[in-house]
Amino acid sequence: MTNEVCFRTLHLPNPGSLETYRSIGGYETIKRIVTEKVPPAEIINQVKISSLRGRGGAGFPTGLKWSFMPRFYDGEKYIICNTDEGEPGTFKDRDIIRYNNHQLIEGMLIAAYTVGARVGYNYIHGEIWAEYESFGRALEEARAAGYLGDNLFGTNFCFQLHAHHGFGAYVCGEETALMESIEGKKGQPRYKPPFPASYGLFGKPTNINNTESYASIPYIMQYGGLKFLELGRPNSGGTKIFSVSGHVEKPGNYEINMGTPFPELLQMAGGIWKGRKLKAVIPGGSSTAVLPADAIMGATMDYDSISKAGSSLGAGSVIVIDDSTDMVKALARMSYFYYEESCGQCTPCREGTGWLWRVVRRIADGKGRMEDLDLLTDVGNNIAGRTICALGEAAATPVLSFVKHFRPEFEYYIQHGKSMVTG
Amino acid sequence: MLSQDSLAKIDKELTKYPAEQRQAATVAALRIAQDEKGWLAKETIEFVAEYLGIPAVAAYEVATFYNMYDLEPVGKYKLTVCTNISCMLRDSDSIVEHLEKRLGVRCGETTPDGKVTLKEGECMGCCGGAPLLHVNNKHMHEHLTPEKVDQILEELK
Repeated sequence: MTNEVCFRTLHLPNPGSLETYRSIGGYETIKRIVTEKVPPAEIINQVKISSLRGRGGAGFPTGLKWSFMPRFYDGEKYIICNTDEGEPGTFKDRDIIRYNNHQLIEGMLIAAYTVGARVGYNYIHGEIWAEYESFGRALEEARAAGYLGDNLFGTNFCFQLHAHHGFGAYVCGEETALMESIEGKKGQPRYKPPFPASYGLFGKPTNINNTESYASIPYIMQYGGLKFLELGRPNSGGTKIFSVSGHVEKPGNYEINMGTPFPELLQMAGGIWKGRKLKAVIPGGSSTAVLPADAIMGATMDYDSISKAGSSLGAGSVIVIDDSTDMVKALARMSYFYYEESCGQCTPCREGTGWLWRVVRRIADGKGRMEDLDLLTDVGNNIAGRTICALGEAAATPVLSFVKHFRPEFEYYIQHGKSMVTG
Repeated sequence: MLSQDSLAKIDKELTKYPAEQRQAATVAALRIAQDEKGWLAKETIEFVAEYLGIPAVAAYEVATFYNMYDLEPVGKYKLTVCTNISCMLRDSDSIVEHLEKRLGVRCGETTPDGKVTLKEGECMGCCGGAPLLHVNNKHMHEHLTPEKVDQILEELK
């Protein structure tokens, strides 16, 4: 089955409209929860049963995260939605906003009720202006319809939600950098602990989840956690949106059950373009390890299988690479990205990302030395785990995995000064 | 220093945040200022800082950190082409090449008549539409071909 959760309005006319969302029972779940005063602990329990894991890439159990928020706290608490999709290969949250933004709003309402927040922000990636504006319009509609504001559904539940627009910084997808950014500062990640649940936005307890995570919540609370879990696999509950890009005939988003075999997903995306052969796949966005064709063709699309195959599911950003691709040049482009986007706060990342890029570039320019391959591995290993946030590791992973799986291509470049693929 | 219209937009942004957190509107306020002025001159950044009641250096930090601010004059139209991995796999290089040829400038340069600035950008989170570019940070054009690029250029009057 496809499009059962976040894209469940997609087959209907005007899928993103309030009217369409209401026609499938939209906002009825939050209304029931609020008017029947469903205990927050019961909601958290359902989310835990569903096995929903953070869809932004880290895969942290959502129910567990919600349970970290202090229950008895007098001051303001916040919830934040992370729609700062800037990792190469990732473009699913944009389509949730385009085609089902009210489900996202309802998911945030349920989260706000559960953790006791009265104010929320949706941080939207700087480059998608049209979606920032359309989300703003959805907020207006929801306010006018009595779904956002004070004393909702005739109770004392109040929730106000705002759209916050980013302006071009990959690192702001990191949760604490994102909070710094909302506060109007450079997006540099904070040390953890303290974690956002105790010291988050404006120094207040804050819950932050990815767009797809929030948008899955109304389904879970409408049909129960078990039904969501059963769509997928144990430990990988529900559906997942896979953003397929690169060398396929039909790039795009495919919402499918967790545990679907990769070849089926590839087929949905029209197969490899131009009748060529599959060479490799980066399964979860540019920060996850590349997998050679054999490894991915035998895998199913869920956390455990992709991890067993040697990579991570990440945000489900599947970058498909055909056999005409020069892997050294591909890596050089990704390494430049991490060098460009490092926030500069931690020395191993600030210096290391530049070092990685220059060495890969040198090989791609035909000026590499055989010892460069060990140097890349050494530099990569010395960034990973030595920085405040995961960007350092994200920069090292592509380098380490490309060199590991496609070493002969790198060696050929060094020996012959040109690509063994493109000549 | 900024029009009433821009100030009204900044005031509207301020309503999203707690009254004592005026700094939170910095990213938006600088974007609004850039929309009006075309780019962010030192005086513009200082004006925004003063309007928000924050130190000028705090506004400089933001203006220099985020990629979409322009700290030097740009053309009437700024075309930013993504060349990251998913776009590269779908031959964004040929799009850049075509644009450079058509405009007679390299990436990072502005045409002599001041009309178009060409830039290379980082991932825009729309990789399913690769290759792609956006105009003036706002208008996204996807599934580019050289013909489609010609059409976009034609529409930039």
